[in-house]
Amino acid sequence: MFHRESGYFKTTYQADMALYPLPIGRYAIIAVGVVFFILCPFFLGEYYLSIINLVAIAVVGALGLNILVGYTNQISIGHAAFMSVGAYTAANLATKLDLPFWITLPAGGAMAALIGMLVGIPSLRIKGLYLAIATLAAQFIIEWIINHTPTISGGVAASIEMPRPVFFGIELANQAELYYFLIVIAAIAIVGALNLVRSRIGRSFIAIRDQEIAAEIIGINVFKTKLIAFGISSFYAGVCGVMYTYYLGVANYENFQLITSIDYLAMVIIGGLGSVLGSIFGAIFITMLPIAIRLIMESVGTIFVDDAALAQVIAQFRLIIFGGLIIVFLIVEPDGLAKLWQNIRNYFRFWPFSY
Amino acid sequence: MEWQFLFELTVNGLLTGMMYALIAVGFVLIYKSTDAINFAQGEFVMIAAIVVAGMAVKYGFPIVAAIGVGLLFMIVFNFALERVVLRPMIGRPVVSIIMATIGLALVLQGAGPLVFGAGTRPLDIGVPDEPLIIGPLFMTPIDVVGAGISIVFLAVFGWFFMKSRKGVAMRAVADSHMISMAMGINVERYFALAWILAGVVALLGGLVWGSAIGVDTQMAALGLKVFPVVILGGLDSIIGVVVGGLIIGVCEALAAGYVDPFVGGGTKDFTPYVLMILVLMFRPYGIFGKPIIERI
Repeated sequence: MFHRESGYFKTTYQADMALYPLPIGRYAIIAVGVVFFILCPFFLGEYYLSIINLVAIAVVGALGLNILVGYTNQISIGHAAFMSVGAYTAANLATKLDLPFWITLPAGGAMAALIGMLVGIPSLRIKGLYLAIATLAAQFIIEWIINHTPTISGGVAASIEMPRPVFFGIELANQAELYYFLIVIAAIAIVGALNLVRSRIGRSFIAIRDQEIAAEIIGINVFKTKLIAFGISSFYAGVCGVMYTYYLGVANYENFQLITSIDYLAMVIIGGLGSVLGSIFGAIFITMLPIAIRLIMESVGTIFVDDAALAQVIAQFRLIIFGGLIIVFLIVEPDGLAKLWQNIRNYFRFWPFSY
Repeated sequence: MEWQFLFELTVNGLLTGMMYALIAVGFVLIYKSTDAINFAQGEFVMIAAIVVAGMAVKYGFPIVAAIGVGLLFMIVFNFALERVVLRPMIGRPVVSIIMATIGLALVLQGAGPLVFGAGTRPLDIGVPDEPLIIGPLFMTPIDVVGAGISIVFLAVFGWFFMKSRKGVAMRAVADSHMISMAMGINVERYFALAWILAGVVALLGGLVWGSAIGVDTQMAALGLKVFPVVILGGLDSIIGVVVGGLIIGVCEALAAGYVDPFVGGGTKDFTPYVLMILVLMFRPYGIFGKPIIERI
């Protein structure tokens, strides 16, 4: 049960495509499931559960962005805008029509997918720098439209109060209840992404990433596939926005500005481009980073500066460390945390005879 | 319709547009010669202004000495930056290079205020404050001086690119790295030169914009104006950048003057991007840009 194979010996495509390449994978998944669904809620306090909740939300967004950036090689610097589209769609449906979460959640995703595909239309003609800037423009334009349309943004300060999700008559109000709500959606999103990338569509994404013209020659409809990538990616983003709105209890465009787009791009890149596992690692890493920085600075920072200046210094340090880490990762380990994890696994695969 | 109002908006827009062109030219310089998309150009402008203003206000340097320190800082900093951060990134996917420069931007946004203090500082380069009145026109002197500096600098720059030996070599590098190498051009040295020149441009931009709007981290937002300018004008010529800058400047001024009263503000930051999207729909490579032909 604990043995590992010493190399890749796959002889069929079925084996190569399998969700669990080894039987141990099944046990590992069961173990992870037990830890997250049974042990965590029992042994962790509100605060730690709220961190896991944030991670679960970030995982969905990072997966979506990785499908677009990592698997299809289309850049989007406007992903936070798609999240806000999902968030405001769901908030309006929930407050004006009293719809439950199992309608608002997919509806928010679908609306975001629609807008995302609209933004993706130019992607057939433009790429690289131009696509990056076009999506940046989408970020500003969507933000501005939401902010200046009272029917969407709810008027005052562009924020809408969101009712708590209700599950069979139980209102999910505290962190432990929200925990199950968010983590189940995150789990569905992970399984969905894993299955997507080994399907026909997922493989055509990868073909476009690797060599667009060659992909077209072997019969992939490039335009359609890119649009699907934008659509699926934005759907994930929209769902992520809805989750965040339910988590906060309020939809506000300030949570979905350019800096959020950058956060998610950082997750995808630090985690590992073109890797589902990498998106999860990246989401965990980037979500925990500000929390860790604050903890460390609050304990040792007072040695260097007085209490009054500490808050500002923390904010500045957060920017420096965040930016610095992105640069260091890009230079030292361009394939991200997923590659580091792979290296560790490979080391033990051949251990103790490493060559 | 008041013609005088329109005229005034247009003239002031043109002046601002020249100042945008000054920032955008730093971006184009780097993109053309090294293929790196620099999302930190606004932060370069910011950090240059912060260093100069910090030296002048906090440590009491005379303004000329402070500008000298700023110049030295930008040259050394950008040289080191190219060596340490950007050179290992050559040949990586576009998104990685974008992300590296975004990381750089974040570091600068944190480090500038950490070293020199966070408050807004005035930057006085000896331009009077009283509005300049020529006939029916009201203009801010710093805008006029800024536009003047931009024109002079861009002219010098144009001469450098077209006539001088180094400029010709830089254009060759921009055209094709491989052929330049074959012709005996030290490509890496010109990469460094491009970044250093971008730093110098950023210093000029920082001086002009810093005295116009005051020096703090908000200046970094200027970097976001670069992209519409660059897309509109195309990435191929200095003239293109100037035209792009002027179009954006005028558009912004007109939007702020005529549209803002109806929708409640904010159109100034928004119009350039709408205009840019419209251009991208019909001319994906900008008004003056050349289409790229791809080969497998």
